[in-house]
Amino acid sequence: MDILAKHSALAARHEELLRLGVDPFAVRLDEVLSPTLAVVRGRETILLGTNNYLGLTFDPACIEAAAEAARTLGTGTTGSRIANGTYGLHRELEEAFARFLDRRSCIVFTTGYQANLGMLVGLAGPRDVILLDSDSHASIYDGCRLSGATVVRFRHNDPEDLDRRLTRLAGKGECKLIVVEGLYSMLGDVAPIDAFVEVKKRHGAWLFVDEAHSFGVFGEHGRGVAEAQGVDREVDFVAGTFSKSLGAVGGFGASDHPAFDHLRFCSRPYMFTASPSPATMASTRVALQRIAEDPGLRRRLWDNARRLHEGLSALGLALCAPASPVVAVRLADERSAVAAWNRLLDNGLYVNLALPPGTPGGLCLLRCSVSAAHSPDQIDEACARFARVADELDLRVPA
Amino acid sequence: MTAGDRVFEQVLQLLEKYNQEGRPVSAGTDLGADLAIDSVAAMDLIMEIEDRFDIDIPINLVADLRTVGDLVELVRQQLEGRSD
Repeated sequence: MDILAKHSALAARHEELLRLGVDPFAVRLDEVLSPTLAVVRGRETILLGTNNYLGLTFDPACIEAAAEAARTLGTGTTGSRIANGTYGLHRELEEAFARFLDRRSCIVFTTGYQANLGMLVGLAGPRDVILLDSDSHASIYDGCRLSGATVVRFRHNDPEDLDRRLTRLAGKGECKLIVVEGLYSMLGDVAPIDAFVEVKKRHGAWLFVDEAHSFGVFGEHGRGVAEAQGVDREVDFVAGTFSKSLGAVGGFGASDHPAFDHLRFCSRPYMFTASPSPATMASTRVALQRIAEDPGLRRRLWDNARRLHEGLSALGLALCAPASPVVAVRLADERSAVAAWNRLLDNGLYVNLALPPGTPGGLCLLRCSVSAAHSPDQIDEACARFARVADELDLRVPA
Repeated sequence: MTAGDRVFEQVLQLLEKYNQEGRPVSAGTDLGADLAIDSVAAMDLIMEIEDRFDIDIPINLVADLRTVGDLVELVRQQLEGRSD
């Protein structure tokens, strides 16, 4: 039997997408002109789906730091920290994150995906119970599975459902770990972390928050949604990524727990992979500094987020959540979503096509992510291109 | 009707909306092949079952489910393991 025959249904679905237009999962950016512009299929295209929330990928200081680190320390670390050594930059970056987050300790990981894997594997074991939000990212599901813990899902953003389940699970498992995200990446909805904190206290559980899409975006200092809701001190473990607001590749985990650094010796996604490259660490450290010193970045991002949300809302499109840097437009079905996505690209606007099973509730979405680097004119132009396609294809769906 | 039959009946009720072609359902019905319940729909179904029976079904146990009978047996086991 063909070993890859198991994927034939998915492959057939992909073939159908190709028949309808451009491959939405392999869009080629021939030139990247700025954080918000690229050349796609020979046309200058507004990027409205890159998660480049603060637009720091082209920040001159970040670029110079990365280039200097590559020149002085080389292009890669060629191995893991436990086998091949820790660079000074690794420690400096971890200390910078700990200061930024006001946490006792921080560990950096090679990707955001591995940060969630590494944290969950290090925190939970076969005798523990993890309660995770049903809309959690794949990296969280995978980390939970890899941990060997008993994994129970609760309804998305529903502290009462979590409370009910913790009550039912009383006496089961050694430790209970609640896992939620700050900002959910598909719909752009925010977790009620303050309410989850109340539930965790009532049941003596631990709370882990993945701030991948909210770090640098929410809170007075940019620490995330937990800070914005005034409960970041109550969160036991926080994780995040370098690949959104920090404009690089990598991830972090942080905590005040005095034994947190033990994860370095028992978390395989940390131990058995090459450590972050010098260029990545150097640019991330500068990006962190930029976030700390320039609140104008967040102000511009939120101005743009509200502008886009208002603009698309005025067109009568169905939006999935209040204004945030993720604005998701709900379409009636997969065929209309694919058609609209292709027409937007034809019109020089790149957004994300998000389809089941990658979306909650089987929704078909055109997912937009806003950047501080977008100009107000670019946001208005994006709305105008949406309007053109919405008129052409009748994209409005009943609420 | 035995307690086991009642579980089976209630699971059948919950399966109705997933059985869009109205196929006859028995213990041997394959959730994926016969009812076209994919991995995401299966997770939604599990949550509805958890609510109906006031139990938790860890997702570690869901991967091995193939038939309606497997699902009913899993619900029975979780009901037996409930602390109340």
